[in-house]
Amino acid sequence: MQLCPIADLTPGVVTRIVRPDVPVPLALVKVGERVFCIDDTCSHETASLSDGWLDGHEIECPLHESRFDLRTGRPDCPPARRPIRTHVVQVVDGMVCVDATSLAPTAETAR
Amino acid sequence: MTTIAVVGTGLAGVRAAEALRADGYDGRLVLVGEEAAQPYDRPPLSKQVLLGKCESQDIALTDDDLRAVLDAEWLLGTRATALDPASRALTLADGRNLHADGVVIATGARARTLPGMPRLRGVHTLRTLDDAHRLREDLSRPGRVVVVGGGFIGAEVASSARALGHEVTIVEYEQKPLLRQLGPDAAGILGRLHTDHGVALVTGVAVTGLVGEDGVRAVELSDGRSLPADVVVVGVGAVPNTEWLTGSGVACDNGVLTDERCRTTVLGVVAAGDVAAYRCRGGRLRIEHWTNARDMPVIAAGSLLATLRGQDPTGQPVHDPLPYVWSDQYGVHLQIAGRPGVDDVLELVSGSFDDSFAAVYRRDGEISGVLAVDSPREFGRLRRDLRSAWSIR
Repeated sequence: MQLCPIADLTPGVVTRIVRPDVPVPLALVKVGERVFCIDDTCSHETASLSDGWLDGHEIECPLHESRFDLRTGRPDCPPARRPIRTHVVQVVDGMVCVDATSLAPTAETAR
Repeated sequence: MTTIAVVGTGLAGVRAAEALRADGYDGRLVLVGEEAAQPYDRPPLSKQVLLGKCESQDIALTDDDLRAVLDAEWLLGTRATALDPASRALTLADGRNLHADGVVIATGARARTLPGMPRLRGVHTLRTLDDAHRLREDLSRPGRVVVVGGGFIGAEVASSARALGHEVTIVEYEQKPLLRQLGPDAAGILGRLHTDHGVALVTGVAVTGLVGEDGVRAVELSDGRSLPADVVVVGVGAVPNTEWLTGSGVACDNGVLTDERCRTTVLGVVAAGDVAAYRCRGGRLRIEHWTNARDMPVIAAGSLLATLRGQDPTGQPVHDPLPYVWSDQYGVHLQIAGRPGVDDVLELVSGSFDDSFAAVYRRDGEISGVLAVDSPREFGRLRRDLRSAWSIR
């Protein structure tokens, strides 16, 4: 599934993807030359991680300060306990793409 | 084998245990908790739990994975009643004695009650899961609700009671709720949240009596008024649980006194969370914020392990966080950072005071606090500015 042109991504700026054809809100982050794709909704409470602070490979939830590692999805401290989902990104013909099947909502992400 | 006892199984106690293990402590670890319930998180009690949107398992602070990592002995449903400073032995309410080489005091605080009031059915405080269940039961029937105290607990309970369809009145002793914490401008804005959502706000009066035979019927006020009430929720602050330390040598004054590294006056005994009044910037702070209970035990654990390992304590990090608290009321999300003074000037940065906004407090032109309503991104940016100012002060 194509998400956006890689040229639209600026390092250090989080891009939120909310589209009818994308099952869950996503956040895209370019760190160096690598692009990371995570679920945008914090695993603790409904908050948009793309509103959060980015520091290297970590993104901080804007409500309660749990920081998630973009590479693993793991939080560093409570209140979040569960990891957020990370999605494998491929850049094809200048477009950022993810596997649509990995985006399907689960019981956890549908909270 | 070394034994460390953590007294208190709220967030601070669990975090202390977690930090001890993360720091490499592999000795015996005993957690003593007054409540029989497994450790749970308190912020949802006044909101999701009251509204019936989540149950106790949803607010658990531990899961199987964490409990495996902690590898602790859990003594739940019993209280520590004494600490002997010489042997560092704990006496428990069930008669047991427990020797410990190191002790973490994380006994938190309990809800303050109205002095001299009769104990009537329908009158509640809200601090524990049991409290929340009892209050939820009473709120399941139609009735008039009076909330005493316009702080965060009072405001959140009022918001939840209103959402459940009750007629709600808040009684606040000051002229505006949160006046002393947030100053007149913010207090006015937050006060309007109540009235905008149909909650009556009665300010500048004290509660002088509770009327009723078995169950409460009315709340009497210092201006002579009597407010009919079927349910009364008293949210007038919390008292640190330090009485059990009498005679222990652990100095207390509105909380367990600690230094910047969470050490008490007794070697090998540290304190963290709501119960701890820590030295900070030449003064003393006892902060009842969730974030403080999350972060302070990490410092306390490091400090305690350094002591037990005979290391130089000055090499350990100090506890000096930027205070941060949030609240959810009437579907809006408030965030506050710093310790604004009551005379500090509130300055709008984005949005509108009538709706969502982000604002800063200034003292002598310098940023001293941040207040945001439904503006998490802007709050995050401003908090970084405040953190820079805070760290150089």
